[in-house]
Amino acid sequence: MSMGGVSGGRRRFLTATASVVGGAGLGFTAVPFISAWQPSERTRAIGAPVQINVSKLEPGQLVTVLWRGKPVWVVRRTPETLDALSGLDPVLRDPDSQVVEQQPEYARNRHRSLNPEYLVLVGICTHLGCSPQYVVAAGADRYDLGADWPGGFFCPCHGSKFDLAGRVYPGVPAPTNLEVPPHRYLDGDRIEIGVDHGVKESLS
Amino acid sequence: MNRLLGWIDARFPLVSLWEEHASRYYAPKNFNFWYYFGSIALVVLVIQIVSGIWLTMNYKPSATEAFASVESIMRDVEWGWLIRYMHSTGSSFFFIAVYLHMFRAIIYGSYKGNRELIWLLGMFIYVILMAEAFMGYLLPWGQMSYWGAQVIISLFGAIPFGIGEALALWIRGDYVVSDATLNRFFALHVVALPLALLAVVVLHLLALHEVGSNNPDGVEIKRNKGPDGNPRDGIPFHPYYTVKDLMGVTVFLFLFAIVVFFVPEFGGWFLEKDNFVPADPLRTPEHIVPLWYFTPFYAILRAIPDKLTGVLAMGASIVVLFFLPWIDRHPVKSIRYRGPLFAALIAMFVLTFLVLGVLGTQPPTRVLGELGLRFGELYFSFFIVLWLYSRERRAAAHVNTFIVMAVLIAAADVIRFDPGKVELMLWSALIPIVYYAVFVLAPIVTSLNEPRPVPERVVYR
Repeated sequence: MSMGGVSGGRRRFLTATASVVGGAGLGFTAVPFISAWQPSERTRAIGAPVQINVSKLEPGQLVTVLWRGKPVWVVRRTPETLDALSGLDPVLRDPDSQVVEQQPEYARNRHRSLNPEYLVLVGICTHLGCSPQYVVAAGADRYDLGADWPGGFFCPCHGSKFDLAGRVYPGVPAPTNLEVPPHRYLDGDRIEIGVDHGVKESLS
Repeated sequence: MNRLLGWIDARFPLVSLWEEHASRYYAPKNFNFWYYFGSIALVVLVIQIVSGIWLTMNYKPSATEAFASVESIMRDVEWGWLIRYMHSTGSSFFFIAVYLHMFRAIIYGSYKGNRELIWLLGMFIYVILMAEAFMGYLLPWGQMSYWGAQVIISLFGAIPFGIGEALALWIRGDYVVSDATLNRFFALHVVALPLALLAVVVLHLLALHEVGSNNPDGVEIKRNKGPDGNPRDGIPFHPYYTVKDLMGVTVFLFLFAIVVFFVPEFGGWFLEKDNFVPADPLRTPEHIVPLWYFTPFYAILRAIPDKLTGVLAMGASIVVLFFLPWIDRHPVKSIRYRGPLFAALIAMFVLTFLVLGVLGTQPPTRVLGELGLRFGELYFSFFIVLWLYSRERRAAAHVNTFIVMAVLIAAADVIRFDPGKVELMLWSALIPIVYYAVFVLAPIVTSLNEPRPVPERVVYR
């Protein structure tokens, strides 16, 4: 083949412009393909608040409800349990809920809840998303938690430990306290999880 | 027949391809047992593709139907149980073959002598295979499928500055593992990843055939050619190694069939008991354990009492393998001609990998967690010592390595200091101390790390 009449400049120009325009086109085309992996409109629309009646809860009992596909625990704590919480302050990693994303402002207190008696928590470990076990003081042996275990939550997946306000112990892989979801009391017995609109005062 | 061949050959390079890659592709004549696993892995790949296509015909990738459709395959579909057990057993055997294949490369230095890309491409195969296995494991939608996926996807959440959480959300397509996650994992498992896997396997073989195989003596056979231009120490791949590999594949298929027909769950190692329970987003099984081929890395993740560091360490434990050809630069390839300490180092690495593998299946108690951390340290130490052994070094280099590593390990112990575990930490510290004393200090005072002369030609044993 003869190279006569070949214009190198024109070839370079065509290659360069085609590459640049094609590359930009590829970049734009990537947008729908990447966005298609985001939660769909339908997924985002689901996730309505759920209600739970807590009047039947025995002291110390835990019930689980499903909110946005996640387990949410409601625990009725005994007065002794609540008194014991402050005693744990010196050993915990974040006793005063300094990490603000982990709870609404009204739960940034010693008991991490609106009403001290009822603890509301997202039952998902802040480490890698397992759902921890509720282990009362008497059940500590089963998980090798030591004789002085005051009751709390233990994640069997990777050994993270939380107290009865969902506060994380040190020396475990979970970095932060368990999350308190937005919630409010509709009346004395019914809690609505997923909204806190308009309820500012604590009911205690 | 010959006319047909001629007709094709005028239109497609059939004969020349066959000659280049089989009948005139010369491989060293001293291949041993360890050289079976490449061809075996290829056979498992075919088993997985064929059984996988058939499973797809009855499987339903939907959160409400997936579990029941798998049960239906097991009970209602004609021979469905056999096809599913072939696929589930195949995934474990795939990893057995790949791990033995990688072990072969490590003991004979098969990533040396212009073979770095073969190793790298092999590592890509390994990583794709891990992704393939992980996503496939979600599909039966059992408890272990669900929570395993939840944990692994949450690993990405450890990336700071809000990137991680957004990334995990993007991967799941929902706030938790859900139908959307299942559906996209199905697409990746049956289409995208197998295509990538096949492509990289072809590249792996092309790179291998360009450089030529290493062998147990580490002799480069192309350096010694006979008057016919073929390597004196080589034999054509076909018929010599095709027949040898046929033999290996036959034995392999015997073992495979025994598992498929008699112990498909393999005592919970190939199919976990919790996965016979449908996925329940409200309840995590007591012990969530990945399948055995991931447990060594899982043990490293779990051993570190800090989320981000744990995730980084687990990532690093896989990434470091990619760099093996550049870490081990010793000119002698084969374990046969390196000192006894090198052999002991590799034996110790295998032991470390196995111990971590077992620990990854156990609940994270105080003692086992501590042991996991120490063996995690040994896992990475292997690469440090391998680098140290890469060439003849002065005694000072060994002493310095010992001091630096002692300081690093002590620093890690200070950072993770737990007053309740002082005694345990002190005792377990003996593990890395003895390790470094043997592998780093012993070469100074003994000749246990001296290589022996490598022969010019391959030898038979």
